[in-house]
Amino acid sequence: MTKKKIDVKHQSKDEARNQRYNQYVNAVTPQTGTAKSLFHSFLVGGLICLIGEILFNLIRALFPAMSEIMAGHLMVMVLIVAAIFLTGLGIYDVMARKGGAGMFLPISGFANAMASASMEHKSEGLIMGTSVKLFSVVGPVLVNGIVWSSLAGLIRLLLP
Amino acid sequence: MNETLKMLLDYGIVFIIGGAFCAIAQLLIIKTKLTPARILVIFLIAGIILEGVGLFKYIVNFAGAGAKVPIIGFGAALAKGAIEYAKIYGIMGAFAGGLIVTAYGIGIAIVTSYIVTLIFNPKTKK
Repeated sequence: MTKKKIDVKHQSKDEARNQRYNQYVNAVTPQTGTAKSLFHSFLVGGLICLIGEILFNLIRALFPAMSEIMAGHLMVMVLIVAAIFLTGLGIYDVMARKGGAGMFLPISGFANAMASASMEHKSEGLIMGTSVKLFSVVGPVLVNGIVWSSLAGLIRLLLP
Repeated sequence: MNETLKMLLDYGIVFIIGGAFCAIAQLLIIKTKLTPARILVIFLIAGIILEGVGLFKYIVNFAGAGAKVPIIGFGAALAKGAIEYAKIYGIMGAFAGGLIVTAYGIGIAIVTSYIVTLIFNPKTKK
């Protein structure tokens, strides 16, 4: 009985200390952390888009016969292949730690999620590991993309 | 001189718009504690809606790869394909169109991921 009372006393003491500590943490870290990570994502994300645009212009200059739509497809394909090879070499994940959303929001992050999931489960075999887990991260994107875009197509059919 | 200035301005716009999308995503992660997968789906659906109401082509005209490279562009491409094919092939086209136009990226991503998995072993996380 007395022991319990002591515990409760300790607990309230701990809580008060935790609260003070949390206040201290909130006061010191978030602002700088938020601003810094926002700036990093902006910088990295903008840079990847810039690489995409330069690549697109390069493709347009190299293959003048190619239509603009196909050049856009080729640009995305090059970015995907580059991101997957960087993932294989272990470089992409190192950069992703700094870049945050700047590294996963562009299409290269989509490719990285696929490749890293399939590599991580290689030890479980090519069928039950790699092939099954390939979509474990990007699955929601594909499922929602197909469902909602099909819906968009069907709605457009109803309109004159 | 004027031409290079215009080109630099275009690249600047691409950089700023592309970066802004990523900064918004990062802000969502920090403020709402949503997981990256949810953020990706939110941006994807945003892209589908923007394309569905016909606004996305103005964003692409303005920002180029800054709008096409983030996942919002993937959603817009899906919706654009579905709508285009629905116009041509009716109901069947609505289901196939999105995948047909994005199959370039998805196809090469699957094949390259498989090849890379065969070549490389996963790096141990430090």
